[in-house]
Amino acid sequence: MGFLRAYGLRLARRRWLIRAWRKGRELSAVADRTRSIRPRDLLLFSTLRNERIRLPHFLRYYRDLGIGHFLVVDNASDDGSREYLASQEDVSLWTTTASYKRSRFGVDWLNWLQRRHGHGHWCLVVDPDEFLVYPFCDTRPLRALTDWLDASSIRSFGAMLLDMYPRGRLDAVPYAEGQDPLDVACWFDSGNYTISRNPRFGNLWIQGGPRARVFFADDPARAPALNKIPLVRWHRSYAYVSSSHMLLPRGLNLVYDEWGGEKASGCLLHAKFLHTMNAKAEEELVRRQHYAGSAEYRAYAGRLAEGGELWCRWSEKYINWRQLEILGLMSKGNWA
Amino acid sequence: MARVGFLMLCHTALNRAAQVARHWAMQGAPVVIHLDARVGRAQHERMVQALADLPHVGFCRRYRCEWGTWSLVAATQAAAEMLLAAHADVTHVYAASGSCLPLRPHAELQAWLDAHPGTDFIESVTTEDVSWTVGGIDIERFTLHFPFSWRRQRWLFDRTVDIQRRLRIRRRIPQGVVPHLGSQWWCLTRRTLAAILQDPRRRAFDRYFARVWIPDESYFQSLVRQHSPQIESRSLTLSKFDFQGKPHIFYDDHLQLLRRSDCFVARKIWPEADRLFRVFLAPAGSAPARAEPNPGKIDRLFSRAVERRTKGRPGLYMQSRFPNENWENGKTAAPYSVFEGFAEVFEDWEGWLGRAIGGRVHGHLFAPERVRFAGGERVWNGALSDSAALRDYNPRMFLTSLVWNTRGERQCFQFGPADLQDISWFMATDPNAQLSVISGAWAVPLFRAGAPFAELRRTAAALQKTERWHLDVLRSPWAKARVRIWSLADFAENPMEPLQTILDEITPRALRRPAEAPRLVDLAGFGRFLQQLRNEGMQPVLMGDFPVADPAPPDPVRRTAGRAV
Repeated sequence: MGFLRAYGLRLARRRWLIRAWRKGRELSAVADRTRSIRPRDLLLFSTLRNERIRLPHFLRYYRDLGIGHFLVVDNASDDGSREYLASQEDVSLWTTTASYKRSRFGVDWLNWLQRRHGHGHWCLVVDPDEFLVYPFCDTRPLRALTDWLDASSIRSFGAMLLDMYPRGRLDAVPYAEGQDPLDVACWFDSGNYTISRNPRFGNLWIQGGPRARVFFADDPARAPALNKIPLVRWHRSYAYVSSSHMLLPRGLNLVYDEWGGEKASGCLLHAKFLHTMNAKAEEELVRRQHYAGSAEYRAYAGRLAEGGELWCRWSEKYINWRQLEILGLMSKGNWA
Repeated sequence: MARVGFLMLCHTALNRAAQVARHWAMQGAPVVIHLDARVGRAQHERMVQALADLPHVGFCRRYRCEWGTWSLVAATQAAAEMLLAAHADVTHVYAASGSCLPLRPHAELQAWLDAHPGTDFIESVTTEDVSWTVGGIDIERFTLHFPFSWRRQRWLFDRTVDIQRRLRIRRRIPQGVVPHLGSQWWCLTRRTLAAILQDPRRRAFDRYFARVWIPDESYFQSLVRQHSPQIESRSLTLSKFDFQGKPHIFYDDHLQLLRRSDCFVARKIWPEADRLFRVFLAPAGSAPARAEPNPGKIDRLFSRAVERRTKGRPGLYMQSRFPNENWENGKTAAPYSVFEGFAEVFEDWEGWLGRAIGGRVHGHLFAPERVRFAGGERVWNGALSDSAALRDYNPRMFLTSLVWNTRGERQCFQFGPADLQDISWFMATDPNAQLSVISGAWAVPLFRAGAPFAELRRTAAALQKTERWHLDVLRSPWAKARVRIWSLADFAENPMEPLQTILDEITPRALRRPAEAPRLVDLAGFGRFLQQLRNEGMQPVLMGDFPVADPAPPDPVRRTAGRAV
């Protein structure tokens, strides 16, 4: 990489950080418990809007993995999410009514919070419908993974987004609060992903899965990106560039091996497709606060309203991380 | 009975180290702890307090320890000297670290040492025979100068090594010392250890080794060769290293493996592996067993992990394995067969081939309008879609995914000049591809269609051009696929022999042979058709020679029908 490009990326990173600072002023603290964060705590950062029904299971899942503190931005929820989160002892909550889109889909807000509170910690950035699965997650806590990453001098850990869906119509089996959403949406696509390299940031760009198969079969280039780097040993000079898909400095994006080997990686099980999806898609069509003019939501609303389903006869039913490893969706790398 | 003293080098997870020290001390083994000088006073105090009730636990002089430097040997020496001086009855000294965990009751270790009297257990291998060295530096550890830290000043470290290599600077190895390397977790007899520590030339040796790189892996390992009457070159501590030279770590889910390994001590244990510490530090009950340490299973587990990290699974492209071109270690996961022109020349070719190999056979996977999966399926293994747009978005990944998703089932599909050609180079350079081509066969459907001739002529010219390019690719010096090309004329002359060769390659051990031969389409008048194309100004060349007038019908199928196919 030439000096000029390196310098260009450095300037870009500066710009994102300044922007984060500017957008950070849109946040007002509802419950700031960051003083209780201990030096070795694992932190989780999330932005959400009207996800009340998902929150109990979400918090329990990540508490069980060993998350020490949750730092959440509430984007003008009106379904009780804010009150619920504010009452949790291990949650620090900020709220804002500013535009989600103009904070680059929450990235600026979280960059700001991570810069202030994440420095030196392992930070996990996930949405309330994303569940991290990593090698040995059934027998080893998340701390075991981060300790191993530390010992191996690895700063970032990739986990691809794996879209989960139910069999039949999305609204056939409603999701109940507190339930594991994977009990309802337990199917996924195992082998229809496409990957290319992003030359500017050095990350992989992964597309495919049920959304590409059903919603974007005629226009695959617009299918959503599935590559994610949600777990990073944060430094205050780091910045997410676009969602948790890629970061700067770009060395953090090298979560893949280029010489034939496999690095350790995980999956983010994406339980987005529940019965709540139909209502959400309709709302987002009006709000237009999502990526590319909410193109995704427009596609969903079209298909799903017609009663379309994502399930096909080659859909795979989720069992555990070992299954994902065998299918080649994630890898243990040299962690044994 | 052997009395074993332990020396422990500790720097983190001190509560676990204290727990292990207590375990040994409670079973009557003296312990000397070296605490890294970088550990703060409060933590030091806490550890001393935690072990204050045990008379046989001592703390030696503290050094600041940095990986790869002399400080680790100095610490070991200090602890060993204190151990030997304070406990005159100690017969063996066991070097351990703060992240070690004893796996078998102490009495079993004593019994084991009694059964091997006077033996020093220390891995000690000459530099020519080791394969684990970091950065490719082996004998040079002993002959170069290392003024800079590998951990903190990597650039300077590498440059000084380069310069010394170029200028051929070499340190003199002290007379009589033969460099040996090995694990720093050894168990020496009192006699040998004392001989090393009280050697009259020790000052000279220390001065020399103080500037060797990673001396903790070579100091005792080399000097033991001077003093020991009997060396058993292996470590009693189970400790495995990954490809970067970092020790593998044990977790709760390794419990059964560790138990069955019958090793005495394991390293490194994750400090929060509560179950391991609980189980292995529990008071022993049964009588001493005398099993040989057998780390084979764990060895295999870790070497598989290293292999996955360095070589990966062939043909897999995923979020954490995306090899650069020619570094794939297998462009695809398994062999597959591509047939070009066969479906045009034989009637119901796909059906026949499916019966012959006992599998499913695809149509033209790269057909422009959609993916022609076997049986007209809309989705295939792995939820691969038949959408042409999705396939054409990344044809390579379409093919590699298909082969990966169907591991264990041979993939066969048709290909031709009317298909998407982007995949040609990929297949041609893939050793897993078996391409069988009947060149010019695309003219047969044109001949049978009987469409207006001007239109046919244009199509034929375009197809011929495409196929010529494709054949050039297949014949290029970079092609690695198994390629067979026949002209249509040659093939029609004698189709069964080539078919047999291809089938044998696909199912080498098949006992079942197809009962029927495939039926060649009727080519009567084809020579005339080609001549018409020529008359229109096109030059059909890929088919080979077909006489303009139909000769006596060759009908090769009938001729060979009696032979086993």
